[in-house]
Amino acid sequence: MKLSVWTYEGPPHVGALRVATAMTGLHYVLHAPQGDTYADLLFTMIERRDHRPPVTYTTFQARDLGSDTANLFKTACEAAFDRFQPQAMIVGASCTAELIQDDPGGMAETMGMPIPVIPLELPSYQRKENFGADETLFQLVRRLAEPMQRTDRITANLIGPTALGFRHRDDISEVTALLEEMGIAVNVCAPYGASPKDLTRLGAAHFNVLMYPETGEAACRWMERELKQPFTKTVPIGVGATRDFVAEVGKITGLDARLDETRLRLPWYSASVDSTYLTGKRVFIFGDGTHVAAAARIARDEMGFEVVGLGCYNREMARKIRALSKEFGVPALISDDHLDVEAAIAEAAPELILGTQMERHIGKRLGIPCAVISAPVHVQDFPARYSPQMGLEGANVIFDTWVHPLVMGLEEHLLTMFREDFEFHDDAGPSHHGGAHARREATDTPAQDAPDEAGNVIWMDAAERELKKIPFFVRGKAKRNTEAFANERGLDEISVDTLYEAKAHYAR
Amino acid sequence: MTRHSPPPPTMGCSDAPVLKERGQHEVFCGLTGIIWLHRKMQDAFFLVVGSRTCAHLLQSAAGVMIFAEPRFGTAILEESDLAGLADAQDELEREVDRLLARRTDIRQLFLVGSCPSEVIKLDLSRAAERLSARHGPKVRVLNYSGSGIETTFTEGEDACLAAMVPALPATDQRQLMMVGALPDVAEDQALDLLGRIGIDNITVLPARHADARVGVGPNTSFALTQPFLGGTHSALERRGARHIPAPFPLGEEGTTAWLRAVARDFGIDQARVDAVIDAPRARARKAVAKAAESLAGKTVFFFPDSQMEIPLARFLTRECGMEAVEVGTPYIHKALVAPDLELLAEGPVISEGQDVEKQLDRCRTARPDLTVCGLGLANPLESEGMTTKWAIELVFTPVHFYEQAGDLAGLFSRPLHRRDRLKLEAAE
Repeated sequence: MKLSVWTYEGPPHVGALRVATAMTGLHYVLHAPQGDTYADLLFTMIERRDHRPPVTYTTFQARDLGSDTANLFKTACEAAFDRFQPQAMIVGASCTAELIQDDPGGMAETMGMPIPVIPLELPSYQRKENFGADETLFQLVRRLAEPMQRTDRITANLIGPTALGFRHRDDISEVTALLEEMGIAVNVCAPYGASPKDLTRLGAAHFNVLMYPETGEAACRWMERELKQPFTKTVPIGVGATRDFVAEVGKITGLDARLDETRLRLPWYSASVDSTYLTGKRVFIFGDGTHVAAAARIARDEMGFEVVGLGCYNREMARKIRALSKEFGVPALISDDHLDVEAAIAEAAPELILGTQMERHIGKRLGIPCAVISAPVHVQDFPARYSPQMGLEGANVIFDTWVHPLVMGLEEHLLTMFREDFEFHDDAGPSHHGGAHARREATDTPAQDAPDEAGNVIWMDAAERELKKIPFFVRGKAKRNTEAFANERGLDEISVDTLYEAKAHYAR
Repeated sequence: MTRHSPPPPTMGCSDAPVLKERGQHEVFCGLTGIIWLHRKMQDAFFLVVGSRTCAHLLQSAAGVMIFAEPRFGTAILEESDLAGLADAQDELEREVDRLLARRTDIRQLFLVGSCPSEVIKLDLSRAAERLSARHGPKVRVLNYSGSGIETTFTEGEDACLAAMVPALPATDQRQLMMVGALPDVAEDQALDLLGRIGIDNITVLPARHADARVGVGPNTSFALTQPFLGGTHSALERRGARHIPAPFPLGEEGTTAWLRAVARDFGIDQARVDAVIDAPRARARKAVAKAAESLAGKTVFFFPDSQMEIPLARFLTRECGMEAVEVGTPYIHKALVAPDLELLAEGPVISEGQDVEKQLDRCRTARPDLTVCGLGLANPLESEGMTTKWAIELVFTPVHFYEQAGDLAGLFSRPLHRRDRLKLEAAE
């Protein structure tokens, strides 16, 4: 048993739902109690989909448990087939149905459906949403795809985009355009927009573009082995990664690596003098492994930030993120407990968080600005405008998104200068966010968790006043450092001098 | 005084045939009630013993995440818990110890059963007993089931309140108990009205804090504010309390009938009641009339959601001039909604339970002007050109009693207004 307040990922059958909902002509029969139908609203409300997800829930009740839940499943399968006439069906159980062991897969196989019926084994008590999506796509591909003659023109499949994905809709357009520029057409994009019939044509492509390892890697590995299709390892998020991606595609296909950079603005925006203030901004990065790895590179190499912490919530990416953290010289945080994440962020006291909707809320509480870079998603992550993360336009979007929460250029200096002004002070937040911006709390909040090292050290009035003049985003850190410094030296009072001695001590 | 509501129908829906359906349900489970219950009881913590799905539901049903550290959480069952049941009780004890150590403000802890915990027959009542002995008297530990195999949406609140009843101290005092978790603003208005009518001794279940002395006994009369409290109703009767049957206090007519029924039970004459309610009644009528302009003559179709559908249909048809096509509800507690059914004119299909595909077919055929449905169906129906009202808002928003009657009508008129207002069709 593990106590959880918020979760980064849903159960694995929600991953299967993300695959089914992204596709056409596929139907999912899920053996599940009625409450599990909440999952529909993820798609109809958060993603604003105008169709119900193609799922039939058996919605068994307590009174069915003693009698015949298996029969209920069969009836649901037949009714779903008759009504929706899908090209293929996937069948499986949610967490509760897994316990009653009706074996939906086995039952469906004996029903003699005239279409492919693909059973899913998704262990609800061990795995999570991303695994569910990855496994579902893998099972679909394994069942439906086969080796076949390649297309005459060089083509690629786009693998991994799902419903409820972070900017998947727009990333598809961007990657399609990148390939188009090199003279490569898209054969099939899956699961997003594909039908089961389309999946049977996967083998015609010359290679696969693995857009999201979280949801597409198992399928790509299988196709590499069985269909002899190489797949790309670079995820084209950021300027450098997009250039690398184009080079990698060139190497796979033997085509010239062409990239038209006329619309790319990130490098100049980053080089322009207004961006000087971005230099060395301390950022903490957390999300799914793929987006975190991409963000870390952009943060360091393309924005000039200092990465002070990074981590991911999906254990499948732990190895990759650990290696990355070594490269960046910061500890890796692999955890799906948002309280751990909050504690790590509070400890690192960054000036900006690049995270998920969860970290956005953590940031709100700690008074640290946050830009969202990864799922889990919120209705805000499905903007009406074109807003990709991948490719050159993705890089432009990322520059804007990350800079937006921050205080801009000169304003930061003015804030420092007029720190004590009653309207224009650092607690007010960036002026472009309007007056409604909530007053910030101090950054050193989760005091109940932190061991009270400062218990016997007293801040003298003057020192405390001086501390308040330090910008809010480093105040917590300064306070802790000073207290640690005082403790080490056995001081029981902190004066203004102690404060500045500590500052000099910790200066790099 | 002049009669403002239409006369009761000669033949209401009391004996109307009920279309009982059994198929795919598109409804929340009882865990969802935690979203408003934990806000109502400010020193209570709700610990769901369930799966990752339960945790995901709570976070998704909240729509936007409530990130002020919520007073609910999920003890997620893992493979090891399923393998050896022996230590599930110990595991739970450990998690509760940690939780209570971190949250010293918690005075009531609800262990909430879920589908998986019910299926593996995890004995939460025993766990609650053990934990009560361990953490009492400071923390009281109770348990109820919010599982989707046993409860539908608002039945979770019913199960929670019913679980509280046996623990209430006994009292012989003559008192009114108002039952149902309403937003504070509506609850305060009701208490004020009841007080001015002359009822001094009133308790509310659930109370906002564990300290509130809520007793029950043979001289307790109770009035329900929500139609889904069937289990709580039975539990209170078992403690000797007496139910005051009345239409539910939704809209001007419902509120008036509800207050008068309560007053009658306490032997207060109607003149005294009317003197108190005349002004707020007039305000409510005025407010409803405004929203009703755009509702009059329009048809409405209810998908089953909160069990509030029958009283709401009564309000919309009698006070707003709408015509009900189908009134779907997850479950009909005849004993509770009989007064509302009597007032609801014959005509609409009354359906209980659900087969969502068939019901969608009926809805598409009927093409109602307004469809009241859950979040999973709303956008898909909008994209088919139907106007919808999400039902979940009706349980989150203050809609009870006089001052909210206009807001209640407004919840239904807003989607219609919006559709009229938008000029987005491409030129022909």
